[in-house]
Amino acid sequence: MYGQQSKKEVRFLLPQEGEKKMSKLSTSSSELDLDRPNIEDYLPTDSIHQPHTKLRLRDLLDISPTLTEAAGAIVDDSFTRCFKSNPPEPWNWNIYLFPLWCLGVVVRYGILFPGRVLILTIGWIIFLSCYIPVHVLLKGHDKLRKRLERALVELICSFFVASWTGVVKYHGPRPCARPKQVFVANHTSMIDFIVLEQMTAFAVIMQKHPGWVGLLQSTILESVGCIWFNRSESKDREIVARKLREHVEGTDNNPLLIFPEGTCVNNNYTVMFKKGAFELGATVCPIAIKQSFTTHLLQLMTSWAVVCDVWYLEPQNMKPGETAIEFAERVRSIISVRAGLKMVPWDGYLKYSRPSPKHRERKQQSFAESVLRRLEEK
Amino acid sequence: MGNTSSMLTQYDIEEVEEHCNNTFSQQEIVSLYQRFCQLDRNSGGFISADEFLSVPEFAVNPLSQRLFRMVDGLNFKEFVAFLSAFSSRATLQHKVEFIFKVYDFDGNGKVAFSDLLDVLRDLTGQFISEQQRELVLTHVLEEAGYKKDSLLVLSDFMKILGNTGLKMEVEVPVD
Repeated sequence: MYGQQSKKEVRFLLPQEGEKKMSKLSTSSSELDLDRPNIEDYLPTDSIHQPHTKLRLRDLLDISPTLTEAAGAIVDDSFTRCFKSNPPEPWNWNIYLFPLWCLGVVVRYGILFPGRVLILTIGWIIFLSCYIPVHVLLKGHDKLRKRLERALVELICSFFVASWTGVVKYHGPRPCARPKQVFVANHTSMIDFIVLEQMTAFAVIMQKHPGWVGLLQSTILESVGCIWFNRSESKDREIVARKLREHVEGTDNNPLLIFPEGTCVNNNYTVMFKKGAFELGATVCPIAIKQSFTTHLLQLMTSWAVVCDVWYLEPQNMKPGETAIEFAERVRSIISVRAGLKMVPWDGYLKYSRPSPKHRERKQQSFAESVLRRLEEK
Repeated sequence: MGNTSSMLTQYDIEEVEEHCNNTFSQQEIVSLYQRFCQLDRNSGGFISADEFLSVPEFAVNPLSQRLFRMVDGLNFKEFVAFLSAFSSRATLQHKVEFIFKVYDFDGNGKVAFSDLLDVLRDLTGQFISEQQRELVLTHVLEEAGYKKDSLLVLSDFMKILGNTGLKMEVEVPVD
């Protein structure tokens, strides 16, 4: 399935004034790239068709296929589409709907919104008044403290979900805490995390944020056992990989939830999964999440309800002979199919950095080989 | 996000349509405007090199560096004019002119051997040696009746590419 580029050598004979000149095509250095799946599997298959006729000046001058690809990318590309939020559908205004809509606005902003803020506030008060004493007083009794803290975190998340009048349908067996097991899910926004957390107090791996979010992270989320990372640090990867392994192998830890996309992606696509979660030697339990409403918090709080489907899918193990990246793509495909999302070949981190030169080199190599081959044709 | 054509007046659309010689329909211009706004992240009124590079499919294109120069800092009207060569309504002349402009880096109306070599290098990278490239180019040039030190002009390009059935079209998605 993932093609292997074998080392190629092409002999190039160019008879010139009676002399025979022999040159070799530089050996291709792109072996099976263990860091990325074969992008050619995903990109449009109408690749540049190279005919097999003798090479002429016009063939070198005619750069239209490459230009067309570039222009195509400028006009529309699959990567930007992943992060585009869908504009809300316009309503058809008429004499019946308009007053109803006005009434709706009154109810949503005047009744629902304050009601929700109230529920959330109550929830926070209950949570904090239980959490702080538990955290401080039960310092010595770790097992009990952890159990209570777990329950409290699940509680506050439920409050959150209730405040959006969240209708969440869970399908499949509830996650249970077992060692050598890790959960992965597609990621659209913080809502995914809260929706999952209200059912099971997962430990997560998160980007450390500054400010009051960071405070929340280091106090409350610390209690369920979170792992921090920093996207911009390269050395960070090894440290995080070690922490993940330790957590998964530990018997007393909360089940670990990882969002392998590494970033928020709109709820129509999945970007490539990072292989970190898939090379821990643990069973991977995929979770698919599909929301049918907007993810913007304010719009959420003033809308009618959040309807969300969560599917807990069959646990997967790495097949013999499968690489971590193949395993990651296989799980991504399971999740994407279940939630009805389109898979794109891009790395979510491209949002923050540039694509690797390997993709361009593949194109160059294919063109170079064709040129040399056609030169030999009579 | 979610810019609608309410930012673009009918007058604007017609002005752009005229500027690109009617190669795009009004609907396509509206779609292109949505796309322009999507790419122009900081809403500066033009798309900078950085914003173009953030489209991975563009960044991995071997000719992206050359196209940059042509596309950097374009406002919307110029953006549409740039893309007009890729419309199905564009003439063959227009398309060949575009290709010529890509080769003619310094814009002096003449394409030298070094320009041809530069583009071939972009397209083949490290997979052919520099010496081989020169050999290949010289060979095909001489076969077509030119010399290594010939300077090609637009009419030469028209002659060479004129009857190849150039396929250079891009479809503008219209919702």
